[in-house]
Amino acid sequence: MANVSIREIRKSFGPVSIIKGVDVDIADGEFVILVGPSGCGKSTLLRMIAGLEDVTSGEIRIGDRLINDVPPKNRDIAMVFQSYALYPHMTVADNMAFSLKLKGAPKAEQQKRVGDAAASLGLTDLLDRYPRQLSGGQRQRVAMGRAIVRDPQVFLFDEPLSNLDAKLRVAMRAEIKELHQRLKTTTVYVTHDQIEAMTMADKIVVMHDGIVEQVGAPLELYDRPRNRFVAGFIGSPAMNFIDGTLSDAGLALPSGAVLALHHQPPAANGSKLTYGIRPEHLQLAPAGTPGTIPAVVAVIEPTGLDTTLIVKAEGGSLTVVLRERVTLRPGDAIALRPVPEQSHLFDEHGTRIATL
Amino acid sequence: MSTAPASSRPISFAFLVQIVLIANSFIMLYPVVVMIFSAFKSTAEIFEHPFAIPNFTQVQNFARVLGETSMPTYFMNSIVVTGTSIVLIIVLGTMAGYAIARYESRTNTFILLFFLAGLMLPLKLAVIPLFILLRDLSLLDSRWSLIVTYTAIGLPSAVFIMAGFLRSLPAELEDAARIDGASEPRIMWSVMLPLALPPMAIAAIQNAVPIWNDFFFPLVFIQTDAYKTLPQGLTTFMGEYTTDWGMLFAGLTIAAAPITLLYIALSRQFIQGMTAGAVK
Repeated sequence: MANVSIREIRKSFGPVSIIKGVDVDIADGEFVILVGPSGCGKSTLLRMIAGLEDVTSGEIRIGDRLINDVPPKNRDIAMVFQSYALYPHMTVADNMAFSLKLKGAPKAEQQKRVGDAAASLGLTDLLDRYPRQLSGGQRQRVAMGRAIVRDPQVFLFDEPLSNLDAKLRVAMRAEIKELHQRLKTTTVYVTHDQIEAMTMADKIVVMHDGIVEQVGAPLELYDRPRNRFVAGFIGSPAMNFIDGTLSDAGLALPSGAVLALHHQPPAANGSKLTYGIRPEHLQLAPAGTPGTIPAVVAVIEPTGLDTTLIVKAEGGSLTVVLRERVTLRPGDAIALRPVPEQSHLFDEHGTRIATL
Repeated sequence: MSTAPASSRPISFAFLVQIVLIANSFIMLYPVVVMIFSAFKSTAEIFEHPFAIPNFTQVQNFARVLGETSMPTYFMNSIVVTGTSIVLIIVLGTMAGYAIARYESRTNTFILLFFLAGLMLPLKLAVIPLFILLRDLSLLDSRWSLIVTYTAIGLPSAVFIMAGFLRSLPAELEDAARIDGASEPRIMWSVMLPLALPPMAIAAIQNAVPIWNDFFFPLVFIQTDAYKTLPQGLTTFMGEYTTDWGMLFAGLTIAAAPITLLYIALSRQFIQGMTAGAVK
C-alpha cells in the first residue's frame, strides 16, 4: 500500500491541452474518486497514473518513487477497465493468473492466490469457465479478481460499472466499497456518475475541462461547493440556480420577489449574483406569502419515497423534492420558501461567496 | 391473434432452408462422389456403368498412379509450394496487419491502400513482365518462382483480413496485458494472436484452395518435370490419342484429398470467423 501524489500534471495531445496542471494527494488506503463530465480529463489522468499515457509535464509519485517514466508493469498497480478487458481465450483462472505467470511465480503460488481471490469474490465455481460464459456482473468480478491477485499498491478503476444495468450497478457499488474496506488498498476510481462518487468515496476530486474544481469529502462537496460548477454537478436532482440582483432589502429575483438575506454577503448592492438552492431545501408555502418564490406547478413525479415537483418560476424551471405526498395538480399556483442556512450565492465568476 | 402462425412460420421457413441446403450439398458432393467412384474402375467400366458403386478393393489405379508415374513428385511439389506460400502469407500478412491495425502512424492508411490496390489487380494480366522479372532473378523453372508469385498474390487479401480483424479487438485488452506485465511481442503472441485464429484460418483457406488448384503459373514458369505441381502434372495423364480415365480420376482423388481435409479441419474456425461479430 502507498500514497499517491500528483504534482502539476499536464497532458497535451499536440496543441490540444487535456489536463492543465492538476495537483491531487491520495493518502495511503484512501478511496479517491475522480468525477466530472465526459472530456474533463479524468480518464486521461487515471491512464497517466497507470502508465498507459505519457506525462507531458509534472510529477506522479507512488510512495516515494517518481514513476513518470516507469513502465506500467513496474508501477505495482492493477487496473479494472470499463469493458473489463478479460482475455476471451483464457479461462477465469488463467485470466486471473496471467500477471503472476508473466512474473514467473511458481505454479503452486499462482493457484493459491487465484483460489484465495476467487473465494473472496464468490468465483470459485466459475474458475474453469470462459469470459463469454459469464454474466456482466460475474465478468466485473473476474476483472476485480485479476486486480486483487496481484496484491498491488494501488487499484485503478476506470468507470467499471458503466456497462452494468442499474440494479446490478447498485449491488456492485456496495461490493467494491466492501472490498476496499477489507483490503484497505489505496484506490483511484474514475466515474462520470456523481451518485457513485458520493456513495463510495472517502474523497472526491471534481474535474472539469482539465482542472480540479474541488477536492473534498462527499458531504463537504455537497454542502459547501466551492463554485457553481461543483454545486450543479454534485447532487441529483441538480441544484436550482436563479439570477438575481443584490439590494438593501435582500436579493431581488426576476419575478420581483425579494428574498431576505440573513446576513450581508461580501458584495456591493446592485451586483448580479446567482442564487443556488438544492431541491430538498425548498418548502411549500401558500401562494402570495412574502419573502417566497412564486411558482406554478408543471409536473409532479411521485416516487413513493418522495415527490419531485417541476415548477415554472423566475423565467425558468425549478425542481423541488418534498418528503411528504402532495395533492397538487399541474397549473396550481404555489410559493416556495427557502430553508434558512441552505442556500448559496455565487458571484459572476461562479465562485461561491456566501451560504445563507 | 394467437401466436400459432408466428411460431409455425419460422418452422416451415427452417424446413425450406433445410431442403435448399440438402439439395445444395447433393449438387456439390455429386461430382466428388463420381470422381471417387471412377477412381476404383477401369476405363471400360467407367464408360459401361458410370454411376455404379465400384468394388473398393480394386486399387490398381492408385497403385499405378503412385508407382508408375511422377505423381508422388507432383504431390510433394504441391505440398511444398502451397505450404510455404501459405506460411509466408500468414506470417507476413499478420505482421503487416498487426502493425497497420495496432500502431499509430501516418503511413498506415497509405500502406493499407497499397495492399488493397493489389486486390484490384489480376496478376495473370502481368504474366509477361512477371516472367521477365523471374527470369532476371534466375527463379524461372523452380518452385520458388511459384512461391514468391503466390505469396505476392495472397498478401493483399491476408493483410486486409488481418488488419480489419485486429483493428476490431479492443485497445483495453492490450492495456490490460501491458499492466499485467506483458512485453509487446508477448501481447501479440499471447493475447492478440490466439484471438486472431479465425481470420487466420480464413486467410489460409481462401488462399490455399486457389494455390493448390492453380494451373496457370506452373504452366508458364515450370518446364522441368521434377518441379511440376499436381494440376499441371495430371495433364500428362491425358494422352494425345487415348486417356486412362481410371488413373486420371485416381490422381484427381489423391490431389483433392489434402485440401478437402484441410478444409474440414479448419471449417470450425472458418465458420467462426465468417460469423464473428454477427452475434454479440
